[in-house]
Amino acid sequence: MQINSKYLKQSFVIIILFVLLLFVAFLALSIGEINFTLTELIEIFRNKSGIEYTIINNIRLPRIILGIAVGGALSLSGVILQGVYRNPLVEPYTLGISGGASLGVAITIIFNLNMLIGVYMLPLSGFIGAVITTFLVYVLAVRKNYYNINKMLLIGVMISFMSSSAMMFLMSTTTAQNLNSIVFWIMGSLDEPNTLLVKVVLYISLLGLFLSYLLANPLNALRLGESKAKHLGVNTTFTIRVLFILASVLTGVSVSVAGVIGFVGLVIPHLLRVFIGSDNRFLLIASFLGGSIFILISDIIARTIIAPNELPIGVITGMIGGLVFIVVMSRSKMNV
Amino acid sequence: MDKDNFLSVKGLKSGYAGNFMINHIDFDITKGSFTGIIGPNGSGKTTFFKTITGELPLMDGNIFLNNNCISSMQPRQKARKIAIVTQNTDAVDISVEDYVLMGRYPYKENFQLFDTAKDHELADKFMKLTGVSKFKNKLMNQLSGGEQQLVAIAKALAQEPELLLLDEPTSHLDISHQMQILNLIQKLNEDYNLTVLMIIHDLNLAAEFCDYLIMMDNGKIYVKGTPEEVLTYSNIEEVFKAIVITQENRITKKPSILLVSDRTYRNI
Repeated sequence: MQINSKYLKQSFVIIILFVLLLFVAFLALSIGEINFTLTELIEIFRNKSGIEYTIINNIRLPRIILGIAVGGALSLSGVILQGVYRNPLVEPYTLGISGGASLGVAITIIFNLNMLIGVYMLPLSGFIGAVITTFLVYVLAVRKNYYNINKMLLIGVMISFMSSSAMMFLMSTTTAQNLNSIVFWIMGSLDEPNTLLVKVVLYISLLGLFLSYLLANPLNALRLGESKAKHLGVNTTFTIRVLFILASVLTGVSVSVAGVIGFVGLVIPHLLRVFIGSDNRFLLIASFLGGSIFILISDIIARTIIAPNELPIGVITGMIGGLVFIVVMSRSKMNV
Repeated sequence: MDKDNFLSVKGLKSGYAGNFMINHIDFDITKGSFTGIIGPNGSGKTTFFKTITGELPLMDGNIFLNNNCISSMQPRQKARKIAIVTQNTDAVDISVEDYVLMGRYPYKENFQLFDTAKDHELADKFMKLTGVSKFKNKLMNQLSGGEQQLVAIAKALAQEPELLLLDEPTSHLDISHQMQILNLIQKLNEDYNLTVLMIIHDLNLAAEFCDYLIMMDNGKIYVKGTPEEVLTYSNIEEVFKAIVITQENRITKKPSILLVSDRTYRNI
């Protein structure tokens, strides 16, 4: 194994992103209704008691961890899907995963299924919705073990439309209170009191990063197109299937815990390609870190800009993401 | 099986489900030969290549490489023996060097992420040989069509194949790039004893570069043999439905084909 000097730039960008993530995480810990300095934070963690410790440890820390996990997972699945479909406009939600998850949650709320297993019911129904849509997209696009990538994409888009229509139908016929809960859920939030769920999202997104990284080279070969990848001996069917499932699980898990946080999966991979190129051996890691940073920054803004109230994080990701994206894209010489 | 038969195709039948098919394809080529496949559009040339690479299923018959049945080879094992250069190379945002290094994929271990020193050495060697070293840091989509084809050949060579398939590698290039690429392939064929199987439209270039020709028509082999045997007036008229004058070039002693328009034909 030889890490060539030509990879210096990419390695450097990744190190910078990592440092930036640590810095932003520290900011997120210290900024809020009560601001803490670094020395205060260290003191609080040493004492492990008092109201400050409760705020930091029980409210801010889980939120940061969830942000890192969700941002990483969404951005990672964006890179994976853009690679598999060789289409720069694909993002995790294009395939109807978010639509399915939202529909699952809406059904649970409207038919009052919450009673079944309590707090886990909403995330679970979101996840089930995501799994069902993904499964449908996959099964409908595959024929005799051969799948047409573009067909899969179109079917995904259609299923996404259908589930949002079904959602609208449900929302227009239900009570105002239910409507409120659905809209609140869809807008997304990193506020998750249940630490077990936070842990699950974190572990799954890290596992997703590890597994997809193992397939970085076949994913690189797929950039030449499926048939050229086959000519190089890539088992394209296996690679595409595994990556598709990985991306779906990553998205499904994040959506079902944090709601529909848009734009991360589209913006971050493109943004990082400008700096790091599209070699997936670097882009996968960089996108994960970049997604985490982006979500943490957005969340800091979302909860401070109109404090003590809180904006839905999706508002911020859309606004900042769109703006940064347009500026960088219109200035870069890169072909999308 | 005959030891000379490096690539042996026996009673091959293949095609798209329910659609176009090739049938009764039988031929043998020897190691180090330079074979051209000619025929009109839609005669099954590319379908045949796709069957060799495994993109289309083998419905009947067999293809043997060095007496090994290629349908039983593992994908990577096969990619170490057979490389293909297609008509057009994707203009992707991958640097020339990385593109050529992708040719080393078949030699990577499962989940091996980075290239070995040997991979870099071979990539450098083949970039030099194809004359693309000077733009190794450029992106593929910044190169001209001819340059992209040279890089694609370098990538195919990085696979260290025994059989090189070329699907109309020069079809939309000017004559200087056509000759540059065909001369390069000829040199590889001679210096490295690389067996070449090339689909080519230009019959004069086929006569000039190939030592054996297979003429396909309607999914079958119409005739095969030396250029002199294959490129006759009657074969070309029958298969291509075109009026030509065939003659032996006085200087090169190779068959030479002149195309004749309907109006000229009426006037003679």
